[in-house]
Amino acid sequence: MSAYLRSAAEDPIRRRDGEPVAISVDGERLTGVQGQSIAGIILATGRLDWRVTSAGSRPRGVFCGIGVCFDCLVTVNDEPDVRACLRRAVHGDVVVQQHDPLPTPVEGSIDG
Amino acid sequence: MADVLVIGAGPAGLAAAAAAREAGGEVTLLDSSDVLGGQYWRHLPDSRPAERERLLHHGWDTFTALRRRLESDPHVRIVTSAQVWAIERDTGVPAVVHVLVGPPDAGGRQRLALRPDAVVFATGAHDRTLPFPGWDLPGVFTGGAAQALAKGERIAVGRRVLVAGAGPFLLPVAASLTQTGATVVGVLEANRLSTLVKGWAPRPWQLASTHAKARELAGYVANHVRHAIPYRTGRAVVAAHGTDRVTSVTTAAVDAAWTPIAGTERTVEVDAVCVSHGFTPRLELAIAAGCALTPDRFVMTGPDQQTNVVGLYAAGEITGIGGVDLAMAEGSIAGWAAAGGPPDDKAVRDGRRRRAAYRAFAARLEAAHGIRPGWTGWLDSHTIVCRCEEVSFGRLCGAADATSTTSLRSLKLSSRAALGICQGRMCGRSVEEILAGRVAGGRLRDEVVADQRPIAVPIRLGDLAARRDPEPPTASPSQSPTPNETE
Repeated sequence: MSAYLRSAAEDPIRRRDGEPVAISVDGERLTGVQGQSIAGIILATGRLDWRVTSAGSRPRGVFCGIGVCFDCLVTVNDEPDVRACLRRAVHGDVVVQQHDPLPTPVEGSIDG
Repeated sequence: MADVLVIGAGPAGLAAAAAAREAGGEVTLLDSSDVLGGQYWRHLPDSRPAERERLLHHGWDTFTALRRRLESDPHVRIVTSAQVWAIERDTGVPAVVHVLVGPPDAGGRQRLALRPDAVVFATGAHDRTLPFPGWDLPGVFTGGAAQALAKGERIAVGRRVLVAGAGPFLLPVAASLTQTGATVVGVLEANRLSTLVKGWAPRPWQLASTHAKARELAGYVANHVRHAIPYRTGRAVVAAHGTDRVTSVTTAAVDAAWTPIAGTERTVEVDAVCVSHGFTPRLELAIAAGCALTPDRFVMTGPDQQTNVVGLYAAGEITGIGGVDLAMAEGSIAGWAAAGGPPDDKAVRDGRRRRAAYRAFAARLEAAHGIRPGWTGWLDSHTIVCRCEEVSFGRLCGAADATSTTSLRSLKLSSRAALGICQGRMCGRSVEEILAGRVAGGRLRDEVVADQRPIAVPIRLGDLAARRDPEPPTASPSQSPTPNETE
């Protein structure tokens, strides 16, 4: 039980999906259709998270879905901090989960 | 001919662009998305055509007619995928608007600096979701996310979904989910029935001219009945549970002030929960341009939708949360005035009449569905308040208690709340409310700080340093060179 893409055949709005788009997400090949966002393609597989938070190392995925919360950030083709809910997938995109750990305090410093 | 720049291509912006043309203006319409329509008419891209897409929308024909009209007009230049990242004030123009054009968050986007004669801000609003324990778990979404994914992608955020929060927006969220095949196990409105009645019932004749609103609402109610979705008032989601994703939520009855009532808790198994308690206007661009705000923090506007800065206008949700009809009425008045249309012309009379009617509607909306202060009663000390910096309620209160300052800026710096990458968009107003209730005197000294974002979105340092590109963008459907472009 989880997020899914409503199949075009069952969709009451009589939708026709276009060309397939294949992207790599953390090394796994996922297929969507042209025009889907990166978040949409990942969510359609039932996966809900693809970022690890800096302070608490907690999983995050889509929260606001409209580019406001920045929870869904991914690295796309080596470029970090891309909002997966806004970026439409391009065939061949290499998407990697983002985890920016907090800097470790140096021993002997005031924080350390 | 006046060069009118419209920022935002939702209902208000589209109406503004059309009205500015009617008044003889030369129009540039910007939107950060690569399609027009805003969040309200969020739809599938051209690569995924659907014969009956109008089933998912209200006023779909209004939208497609407006779009057709603007796209075919050689005096309208539409620039999509256009992110306004800063606004500067300069002499001789009302504002200098800095834009990046290209795929979201990509490096190397094209830079533009526009110096229009007039600007209409139509930047809209986003969901406001109050924090609750577990709201940071994957599987917790805003109502807007469920809608955007359903209408823009045909993705359902879950198979068994609870919708909760406050306001009539919960109904279209539930409708979007059922239309995508999900089961909505319930819709919870935090306000009690008595509050709703008090907000909506007085002087019903004032609502007589808002038929469109009634039709829209009736459509959602019909969907509700068809799918037998329980609608409960005076109840809220007070916690979400799961290890790395939501598996259940706790709901509880709340009193008129939204304070949870002990002993009324119930657990509901879900694989997703959509929570929205209202909307926050997207004010940063208007603030950066010098526009003054009202005491309840919307852009202050006059009879022609003008702001306090000559040449700057505002329309839609940034002037008050009132829905699509009010947004379009305001947009048409703003666009007309921005292009120099005579204020007494009959072309704007209809817009003024609609604006008056739907403003009365907006006032009721706030009276019936507004956020009440008791919500902090469902927080515990470990509840994350700032999602970006992962600042808990306990830490935030601790920062306030440790000092005698009443400065929001200072408390943000010491707690790190609202200092993360979303720039306080998600938690800013909640942080303010919590802190205001905690500091001496119950008031923060510099309370507008949370909406001020001089750099409106994160921008890559490489782009900031890059050579300014003198060419206009090539990715827009209609183009005409604009003389006032300096970059």
